[in-house]
Amino acid sequence: MSVLDTIRKYREAGYYKEFDYHWGMTVDLDRCTGCEACVVACQAENNLPIVGESSFAQRREIKWMRIERYWEGEYPNAKLNFIPMFCQQCDEAPCETACPVFATYHNQDGLNTQIYNRCIGTRTCAVYCPYEVRYFNWFTYTWDEPLERQLNPDVSVREKGVMEKCTFCIQRIREAKDLAKDDDRRKVRDGEVTPACAQSCPTEALVFGDLNDPESRVSKMANDPRGYQVLEEQNTSPSVVYLQKVHGDEEAI
Amino acid sequence: MVMKKLFDHGEPSYEQVNQDVIKSLIETGPKYWMLLATTVGITVVCFIVPWMYQIHMGVGVAGMNRNAVWGTYLSNFIFWIGLSHSGTLLSAVLHITQSDWRKSIYRSAEAMTLFSLMVAATFVMVHVGRLWFIHWSFPIPNPMGLWPNFRSPIMFDVMAITTYLTASSIFIYMGSVPDFAAVRDYSSGLRRRIYTVLSFGWRGTSKEWHTLGWAYTFFAVLVIPLAVSVHSIVSWDFALSTVPGLHQTIFAPYFVCGAIYSGTAGIVTVMYCLRRFLGFERYIGKIHVDYLGKLLIALSMIWTYINIMELFTGWYSGSSAEIEFLKFRLFGFYAPMYWEMILFCAFVPLLMLFKSVRLNWNRMLVISILINIGMLSERFIIVSTSLPRKLLPDSYGFYFPSPAEISITVGSFAMFATLFLIFIKVFPAVSIYEVKETLNPLRRAEKT
Repeated sequence: MSVLDTIRKYREAGYYKEFDYHWGMTVDLDRCTGCEACVVACQAENNLPIVGESSFAQRREIKWMRIERYWEGEYPNAKLNFIPMFCQQCDEAPCETACPVFATYHNQDGLNTQIYNRCIGTRTCAVYCPYEVRYFNWFTYTWDEPLERQLNPDVSVREKGVMEKCTFCIQRIREAKDLAKDDDRRKVRDGEVTPACAQSCPTEALVFGDLNDPESRVSKMANDPRGYQVLEEQNTSPSVVYLQKVHGDEEAI
Repeated sequence: MVMKKLFDHGEPSYEQVNQDVIKSLIETGPKYWMLLATTVGITVVCFIVPWMYQIHMGVGVAGMNRNAVWGTYLSNFIFWIGLSHSGTLLSAVLHITQSDWRKSIYRSAEAMTLFSLMVAATFVMVHVGRLWFIHWSFPIPNPMGLWPNFRSPIMFDVMAITTYLTASSIFIYMGSVPDFAAVRDYSSGLRRRIYTVLSFGWRGTSKEWHTLGWAYTFFAVLVIPLAVSVHSIVSWDFALSTVPGLHQTIFAPYFVCGAIYSGTAGIVTVMYCLRRFLGFERYIGKIHVDYLGKLLIALSMIWTYINIMELFTGWYSGSSAEIEFLKFRLFGFYAPMYWEMILFCAFVPLLMLFKSVRLNWNRMLVISILINIGMLSERFIIVSTSLPRKLLPDSYGFYFPSPAEISITVGSFAMFATLFLIFIKVFPAVSIYEVKETLNPLRRAEKT
């Protein structure tokens, strides 16, 4: 192999020629009732700290999953729209180029991961993120006795000065992959892995799965004509597809 | 071309230059020590103590929140980098163009560069969340084989600033070697031994002068592109994001121009202090304040033009996010600060068009301080009005600095003053040998 060939080899992105998964999610805004069950589930699953009243008032809450509320129209004809907002796992993520120490990187499953141990806290990624889904640990948050016993052992607890974010419950993905391997299967079957938010959604507004598999439920949902991506013009190519809310003429019904 | 007078009070003799400059190093009154004690005290109380508290508690001690994850620390970092800009750059440019008026002011101007760079680098350390791991941003070989991310603008910053810091410290040191030798020859005891080491055994042979001249010009040429690149790179920290108000192609020239602007104003302030407190009236005179004033007028006009263009591109984009951000900047909470900046940096400098203002050191001092207040506000506004108005309206927020941030900002000025006070007692603040180059060689043997 010539030197040129070697160089060309390195030009290919990533170490993998073939990617097994491209995890993605669809959010059906027509189904979302804004109940925030997903927010609570995320809090419990991922050891998110309770920052306290004064920190909350300073907009320092840590919620990897949040429900944005947008009002439309004037009273009495006001309509309320909910948009669940979490990390969009962009394929062209602006945050990934920003980190000076590679604390955030794109893994082979199309996830935008964060290595908490490596983070030095320059907060550049949070500035670069157009979706504002990166949360900073302003202090080291602790859990009062006996609340620390409810911590999820599969997820680390972050210290002060570290940026953290949603990774589609990567601990659950890892576990599902391990189980699939034990079962002599190459790939995880559709529906075998669900992040905490999608699992807890009472109206099944959130659907999670592998976008590489055309037969998966999420792929079919993503092809819905109502589908759109938030801030598409930013060219971040997110892995999350939102299905538009259809405002019917309510008086006619 | 009319040659302007370099010295207001007549040309000094060779001997007198030596005496005047070395006097400033050797004769230290109680006033100096009191001043130094005050600045060190303020640095410790206002800078070090809150910083240590912040390291202990976490960055939450500062007023930043989720939207405005960058705050005063970063805006101060840009301000100090900016202030560092003029010294070495101006010195190098004027050296290459062989301007004689540079020779009595360049040493202190370069020192200003060096110390503001140090303060700026300290602000990076204050800014980061986990200071104890900051060495990860350097390409240090490690058993994990992990390297820094060279695509990151923050990484460019680390490279640019360390390079600039190294180059400008070598530049100022190299230019001082003959002067260290002069101090060595005039002093005795411990001071003599220290300066013997500092002067590298300089004897003043023609070969040494030749090598110095060659090396000095080499570094001058090297430093100019470096200086321009450093602030361009600092601007990319902002411009490479997609935040409305930061995502602008004009940012690199904007920052460079602003940096030279505030740096030149800083030089005027420092020169005033040197004249007033170290008795360099003879060496720093009307010609300097006149030329620096003209430079300031030119820079203020470029700065104003770029500011208008910045607003124009935001409005012309027609993007709702950009327009929302412009509304917040021009008419929001920080609007008074914005208009104060416009007044101080665009209108007040126009007073220097009058010769009576330009040749008056007191008036120039006031103008130069106003310009730097304006530039400090400019940097603060860039950070504090853009980040709370990003793309998603749900996340619109607000940022106001906490007492810790304000205290650290005040402390940084004291830190700069401390470094500078130490400098004027170690380095000859006016270049002895270069001032002599401008004197009449026939008067060489004359005694005072």
